[in-house]
Amino acid sequence: MVMQDVIEVTGLTKQFKNITAVNDLSFTVKEGDVYGFLGQNGAGKSTTIRMLLTLISPGYGEIKLFGLPLSSNRKDILSQVGAVIEKPDVYKYLSAYENVKIFARLSGIKVTDKLIMNQLEMVGLASRANDKVQTFSQGMKQRLGIAIALVHDPKLIILDEPTNGLDPQGIADIRNLILHLSRERKKTILVSSHLLTEIEQIATKVLIIDKGKKIIEGDSSQLFDPAQTIVELTTNDNSAALQSIRQSIWNENLQPQREHSLMLKLDRKQIPQLHRDLVHMDIEVVSLQPRHSLEDYFLQVTTGNQHVGTFSN
Amino acid sequence: MEKKLYKYGILILFILTGMTSKGQDMSQLVQKVKAKLDLVNDYVAEGRMKTDVAFIKAPIGKIRVYFKRPDLFKLKRQNGISILPKGGVSVSLSSIISTKDYIALAAGNAIVDGVNTRIVKLLPVNENSEIILTTLYIDEAALLVKKAITTTKENGTYEMQLFYGQYAGYGLPDKVIFAFNTKDYKMPKGITLEFEDNEKPTEADRLKGRKGKVEITYTSYMINKGLDNSIFKQSN
Amino acid sequence: MWVLFQIELYKIFRRPRTYIAFVAITALITIVQLGLKVDGKEYAAFVMADLSNTLQIDGKIINGYFVCYVMLQLLLVHVPLLIALIAADMISGEANMGTLRLLLTKPISRTQFILAKFFAASVYTILLLIWLAILALFVSLLIFGADDMFLLKNNYAVQIESADLFWRYAGAFCFAALAMITVAALGFFLSQFAENSIGPIVATMSIIVFFTILSTMSIPIFNLIKPYLFTTHMVAWKEFFDVKINADNVSIRGSIQRPDRLIRSSLILLAHIVFFVGASLYIFKKKDVLS
Repeated sequence: MVMQDVIEVTGLTKQFKNITAVNDLSFTVKEGDVYGFLGQNGAGKSTTIRMLLTLISPGYGEIKLFGLPLSSNRKDILSQVGAVIEKPDVYKYLSAYENVKIFARLSGIKVTDKLIMNQLEMVGLASRANDKVQTFSQGMKQRLGIAIALVHDPKLIILDEPTNGLDPQGIADIRNLILHLSRERKKTILVSSHLLTEIEQIATKVLIIDKGKKIIEGDSSQLFDPAQTIVELTTNDNSAALQSIRQSIWNENLQPQREHSLMLKLDRKQIPQLHRDLVHMDIEVVSLQPRHSLEDYFLQVTTGNQHVGTFSN
Repeated sequence: MEKKLYKYGILILFILTGMTSKGQDMSQLVQKVKAKLDLVNDYVAEGRMKTDVAFIKAPIGKIRVYFKRPDLFKLKRQNGISILPKGGVSVSLSSIISTKDYIALAAGNAIVDGVNTRIVKLLPVNENSEIILTTLYIDEAALLVKKAITTTKENGTYEMQLFYGQYAGYGLPDKVIFAFNTKDYKMPKGITLEFEDNEKPTEADRLKGRKGKVEITYTSYMINKGLDNSIFKQSN
Repeated sequence: MWVLFQIELYKIFRRPRTYIAFVAITALITIVQLGLKVDGKEYAAFVMADLSNTLQIDGKIINGYFVCYVMLQLLLVHVPLLIALIAADMISGEANMGTLRLLLTKPISRTQFILAKFFAASVYTILLLIWLAILALFVSLLIFGADDMFLLKNNYAVQIESADLFWRYAGAFCFAALAMITVAALGFFLSQFAENSIGPIVATMSIIVFFTILSTMSIPIFNLIKPYLFTTHMVAWKEFFDVKINADNVSIRGSIQRPDRLIRSSLILLAHIVFFVGASLYIFKKKDVLS
């Protein structure tokens, strides 16, 4: 079955005064994709998403959504798009119910009590429908933002940092919701996030950008291959350890080294064997950590010293 | 010598007699006019009043005038605000004309409104009187006052011109014009709150320097029907 | 656009801040009415002091129509500040709340968005003036009764008959609405340039105060720019309360001394509104929403 291109971006460029926020970016999101959009802070993710949502006008390039040019079909396109942009802000002096109602009316759909309550129930806010939003926690506001984004049953959902400020339960809830929307309701989802573990768990495709430029775009399965696990080795004497490994069968697995640790790429299943061999080589192993594959990949391909953090397997 | 004295004596006697008789003539004239006015014990008159002052834009208004002998007088605008010269209009002819309180002196003749009139100056006997001098222009034949110029201590000089018609028999005019002096008007912007450009010329500018006038045209009189004094005590 | 307009009105009137202006106007008017009820005679005597030297003015000088005029003179300088509270918050307030980006991802055109917001701000302005009219005119008539209005201008006084006043007030309030909508348009325009409301509100208020001072000071150099200031034209509602006189110096009922000035000021205010709204549209359509 041929999947329609839901988002087609070609040569997208945006400059703010002397800063090029997005530089000749091209990518495609197909129908049914959960498309992970990755990049460090300031890489151009939010700018790109805002251009997709017509909040910012592109300097150059073309954006097509659902096969239609965005610039000349804005209303038709946006009626099929739901978005949560960064921290979802709503009208604090109104209730959850009133907020959903306002945005539902603006989406051009017929608004009924049942529709609104269904949305609130979906995000677990039905019991707080009549409470003013100013009494809500950050997590509740986030959920309300999602309810608003989905109220008109859009085909494309764009989520910009949807888990910002959420606790682990909140993050898990969002993840489950995205999976549900993708698998059960067949939505196309574009999600940007700093939490690489989340993207890895849900994304079918990934785009990594840095300084506004595309670094890589591809299927997650190709990027997150367990057979290509990066392992970080820390010993009491890394130089001696390096020497020993070079003379062993593990020489081919060596990767560019870090300052305080050695990096090897191998199949995840081989890690125990590596550990045994290191002990046999009288290498005093302080730690042997399989690196989060995407995180490592991300750090490899992006510039800057920003340390995202490691996640144990 | 004695003949000359005799001649001068006769001459002086004639002059004195003439003066005395003139004075007595004026008093008698004024008495006759007053007697005519005294036919009216009271009246209620309907009319229209126009206030013509250089710096005031005012509409013509309906009025009602009440009078009761000897000197109760009230002018009441039927609706709205009335603008009158201070102290002037409230004085009626009847209270002005009184041979008892005044000395009447002849002051010649004059044509007023095409009619030959005798000029009579009334000097108050009482030094404390509000009125200093009144000059009446009397139509001797009709026993009607055509014009009266009154100088008062407090309220300056005003002039009354009277025009008669169907009520001439009672000495009641159809139309009265009061003319009086007005000061130049200028209000500080802090009171008017009119800060805008007001250099524009107005029709009022061409009337500057003119005397103020109140013109009352009477449309009907109800004469001697009886009036309660309480009417004159009511506030407007 | 009707849906957008309804939603904007709903948002305005659900916000507590909106009612500050209504409460402020009620308080101001009540205080003035109370003062004039208690000391009205003294006030009238003070104001008429100069005329009283040569004239006797009888009648109810302090009546409902007169009181309303006094209040309009005072309030129409201050009401613009209350209008700015809402109008200057229309775009910047959304940006500040973070709702602007959410609104503009909906299938609504930016033109309709701006126009709906401006019309909603205008409706708020008109409702505020209706409230002002009810309190200043109708309640004053109830309290003080009706009579002719005797007004003191700088160089002359005008007496307008009671029966000739109501239509003038209707016209004056309509004109005042136009003037206040001009203020709303200014505030709305300045709202484009900030992401919080304080800046545009203060800027709008400052411009009004500054221009009002220039409009009212009789300094020759200011006279050159006065005709171009909208604050100069905002006070043209007073032209409804001046009459023509005929050759006999009798005021002509139903006339206006300078209708040309009224028309001219109306057109200038309208031009300001068109300019501010047009500029807002132009800027907003090109604006990158980064809030």
